[in-house]
Amino acid sequence: MTSGSTSSQPDPAPPGRETAPPRSPSMKAFAVGALLISLILAGVVSFYASGNPDGLTRVAADKGLDEREKSSATADSPLADYAVKDIDNPRLSGGLAGVLGVSIVLVLAGGVAYAVRRRTPEADKAAPSDNAAGRTRL
Amino acid sequence: MHVPDGFLDAPTSIATGAVAVGAVAVALRKANKELDERTAPMAGLVAAFIFATQMLQFPVGAGTSGHLIGGVLAAVLVGPWTALLCMSVVLLVQSLLFADGGLTALGTNIILMGLIPVAVGWLVFKVVTAIVRQRKGVAIGTATAALVSVPVAALGFVGLYEFGGTANIALSTLLSAMIGWHVLIGVGEAVISGLAVSSVLAVRPDLVYAARGAVAPPELQIRSTRSEGASS
Repeated sequence: MTSGSTSSQPDPAPPGRETAPPRSPSMKAFAVGALLISLILAGVVSFYASGNPDGLTRVAADKGLDEREKSSATADSPLADYAVKDIDNPRLSGGLAGVLGVSIVLVLAGGVAYAVRRRTPEADKAAPSDNAAGRTRL
Repeated sequence: MHVPDGFLDAPTSIATGAVAVGAVAVALRKANKELDERTAPMAGLVAAFIFATQMLQFPVGAGTSGHLIGGVLAAVLVGPWTALLCMSVVLLVQSLLFADGGLTALGTNIILMGLIPVAVGWLVFKVVTAIVRQRKGVAIGTATAALVSVPVAALGFVGLYEFGGTANIALSTLLSAMIGWHVLIGVGEAVISGLAVSSVLAVRPDLVYAARGAVAPPELQIRSTRSEGASS
């Protein structure tokens, strides 16, 4: 009952570009939600992660790949091995390291993306894609 | 799968570093086709999510674990060139601040966890979405590409190790051990990537790069008819 009627309707969105469903969260709400999930995963859930070696570490230990392994030049970093130096509580230390890591990566990757993004003159005045879909929120 | 310092010899590390620098330079030029005002913040969010999820090691049996790589997840959400930039930022921060992955192995790790999963994964995703259309295709394509991307990255490591490994190990021994574990880890990669992409598709499908054009614009137009008085 839906697919047949769509072709006769005026298409408010550019072709080949999906529009946001009407009751979807705003970009701001989506961003806050997504960031909150990442912070909780890195800050809280990471404490319960498996402490076993990962696939490569396991193979390296089993087969002797690690006989010439050198410890990292950044092994003395205040965040080395996902723990904040001088915080003894492992839950707090690991959680804080995770939260800091998420924040740093967010700013760096977001900054790089923002610097290389496509600049359109209209996009600087308003958010055209959201407005085109009849939404004014951003 | 973070390769530490000393696994590969200096010439190999220099070569992988050069390849990584070249790939990132190309990505910096190409990513502007994928990024605009609206989608640029997504790159930051996706990279942050991948960093967080890489901390969550899941057990794959026999005292071994694995974690998400995230190359396919990033490619589907923000596009392959932007995905390579996201992965490079994550790996750079991990090696510089968290001592996870060697500094001399940064190029190696960008190839193994960025370039290979993104390129191979994107190819697999394109094939699957050509067969299975619409939203289902995007989810299935993501999971399939993620599943394949991890053992292929492991294969990449075996290739590099054959070329410049610092210890003497028979190719067949290394190959079977690496592929065996990483097929299992690939299942986890498929589940996490599939769930994450499906979640974004459910709330804001317009923010999924790979769904642009792959998923027909649905509900919005139907709603506009109702406002004009025509009911179902």
